Amino acid sequence: MSSLLVHGGTVIDPASGRHEAADVLVRDGHVAGVAAPGSLPEADERIDARGCWVLPGLIDMHVHLREPGYEYKETVATGALSAVAGGVTSLACMANTNPVNDSAAVTRFILDRARDAGLARVYPIGALSVGLRGQQLAEIGEMREAGIIAVSDDGMPVADGALMSRALEYSSMFDLPVIVHEEDPCLAGEGVMNEGPTSFRLGLKGMPAAAEEAMLARDLALLERTGGHLHVAHLSTAGSVRLVRMAKQRGLSVSAEVTPHHFTLTDEAVASYDTDAKMKPPLRSAEDVEALVDGLREGVIDVIASDHAPHHRDEKDVEFDCAAFGIVGLETLLPLCLRLVRDRGVPLETIVRALTVNPARVLRLPAGGLAAGSVADLTVVDPEWEWTLRRGALHSKSKNTPFDGWTMKGAARTTVVGGRIVWRAEPSAGPQEVRK
Amino acid sequence: MSNTFTFTAKHLLGLENLSREEILHLIDTAESFREISERDIKKVPTLRGKTVVGLFYEPSTRTRTSFEIAAKRLSADFVNMSTSTSSVSKGETLLDTARNITAMRPDCLVMRHDRPGAAHYLANRVDCPIINAGDGAHEHPTQSLLDLLTIRDRLGRIEGLTVAIVGDILHSRVTRSNVHALRKLGAHVRLIGPPTLLPREANAWGEVSYDLERGLRGADVIMMLRLQRERQGRNFLPSLDEYSRYFCLTRRALEAAGKDAIVLHPGPINRGIEISSEVADGAASLILDQVTNGVAVRMAVLFLLVNRPRGSAAAAVPQGGAP
Repeated sequence: MSSLLVHGGTVIDPASGRHEAADVLVRDGHVAGVAAPGSLPEADERIDARGCWVLPGLIDMHVHLREPGYEYKETVATGALSAVAGGVTSLACMANTNPVNDSAAVTRFILDRARDAGLARVYPIGALSVGLRGQQLAEIGEMREAGIIAVSDDGMPVADGALMSRALEYSSMFDLPVIVHEEDPCLAGEGVMNEGPTSFRLGLKGMPAAAEEAMLARDLALLERTGGHLHVAHLSTAGSVRLVRMAKQRGLSVSAEVTPHHFTLTDEAVASYDTDAKMKPPLRSAEDVEALVDGLREGVIDVIASDHAPHHRDEKDVEFDCAAFGIVGLETLLPLCLRLVRDRGVPLETIVRALTVNPARVLRLPAGGLAAGSVADLTVVDPEWEWTLRRGALHSKSKNTPFDGWTMKGAARTTVVGGRIVWRAEPSAGPQEVRK
Repeated sequence: MSNTFTFTAKHLLGLENLSREEILHLIDTAESFREISERDIKKVPTLRGKTVVGLFYEPSTRTRTSFEIAAKRLSADFVNMSTSTSSVSKGETLLDTARNITAMRPDCLVMRHDRPGAAHYLANRVDCPIINAGDGAHEHPTQSLLDLLTIRDRLGRIEGLTVAIVGDILHSRVTRSNVHALRKLGAHVRLIGPPTLLPREANAWGEVSYDLERGLRGADVIMMLRLQRERQGRNFLPSLDEYSRYFCLTRRALEAAGKDAIVLHPGPINRGIEISSEVADGAASLILDQVTNGVAVRMAVLFLLVNRPRGSAAAAVPQGGAP
């Protein structure tokens, strides 16, 4: 097989504690060596990484790919393209397809589609309950054999505490994390945004922070005796950060995630009834944003993931109450994280860790680092590249983003999966404009 | 009345984004139109040849009728399209309905909808002036304008008055429009109701009280809100009976306010629930004056939004009634 030399860049690999000018040699899909610039042998192909960071391929562990069933929003192939354009080499996709990924057959179908697309690595997440109905455990073992890496009912929060308890116990047998979207359905009610001054002013029904925190507190209490690993998806409130911090201090096996939109925007983004600011959990207050950034800085929050949720224009261009929840995120993940480094002083290492080695550990993926022998998934990032996000230029099939028109700094120049270049943006153009 | 002021807003979506001057101009204009309704022949040709379409997605008799009378007294044609949200959810979207109607070239859409922001949504997408006749729990600007006109008529001013709004603050579009307007015009706002219907966010909007009599003390104006009967099924209150025990405006409660206090209610009233018949029909009640003023306010709004000479942003107010 072929070889590839990534030369002239700065390698940032928290998994091996490396942050220095270095070249990376890739052979047969694996990292053959990382060494001082110019010290590695020539290769068949070269990537000029001068002025760039060379990162382990980014991992987005919270993505909705919509196939099977909702191909008009996104397919595995368009989602995977959106991923690599955003520098993401591995993604985990949620089970809320149609049919639901609650069987080995659907898991295999998704993996087949991903193989056909041949871009990012796709790791399916199996449903926790049959049909995401929150009643009966799905056949987790069979799905595990077919390739799932976690179980979750995600957007259909498990209201039945006994079911959640069993799910944690049972999945521990397979060493599978349980990913939870924390939302008490009675407290969240028919809410469409964060409950607070903005919802009161707009006359929109609110979802209180307590809807998330009450459910999280329940699941942490269950975890005390069930064993297994609980991964809390998209924390959105200061109270949730406090709860996870306490649980970690108690030594529970829990990890937590935050999305770029929750640490970038507040619920004031809804102020003109912008349906691209409608998602679950909802955008919260400025104090919540502050707590999320602190949680990330402290390591209470382990992972940054996009919760990429494509929706067709017809599902968003309606009255606010009627609009679908969610936004696309694969192509804004990296630039919004870099913004956090620049504007909020979060250490770059922390961000890279949250996008690489940490999600790899939660999901037990063979990725997330650049040590010799690792799979050669890497993302070459130009941190100085200024560009303007245009929703029409997104590679996702759906364009539902609140970041249209934002000036971004930093983007993936080249994305490599298994030693193969799957994305290359021309230096003269913006990251959105050229595809390989 | 200021003759030099020009009203440039294309739509009337709410009062939150209007200036004090714009709000006063609307009330002043309404005042000048009131006389038309007292004539023998209640019609002026001001909007002759103009078409106003009512788009009512929520049941409304009073507001719709008021707009229809207002349009007709200005000689506009008024066409109403009443529809229920449920039938629309099966088929045509709000936007498609509105596009179809605007393709018939109306000069104004008057819209009532149960979704907050629905009027804003359409205003950004169709090329026709839109009057918000109530959007969910968000705003109901013409109701507030007629309340303001009624208060000013009776008490001669708005600035410096203490206005107590009582009832289901959480779900009330009338409250939201009134709070924005009253504060811009220099009134003191009090909000009274049970905590389930008066969330802590309301503290930023006015002085909050859970006690009716204490809250009414010294109030110049009492605005009662209609209590939607379905609130009891959602546990906002245990029963209508218990609600009325604490928040019904009885003569005794009214006495807690100043002796010249006036009582307003946007209607339709629930006698014996939020207001006793004795008060609703008593001397302090201006409920029917509100309804009369409602026609004048809607004439003013239609006039200012519809009667735009080509190429000009503002309409000239006719002096002395019929131009």
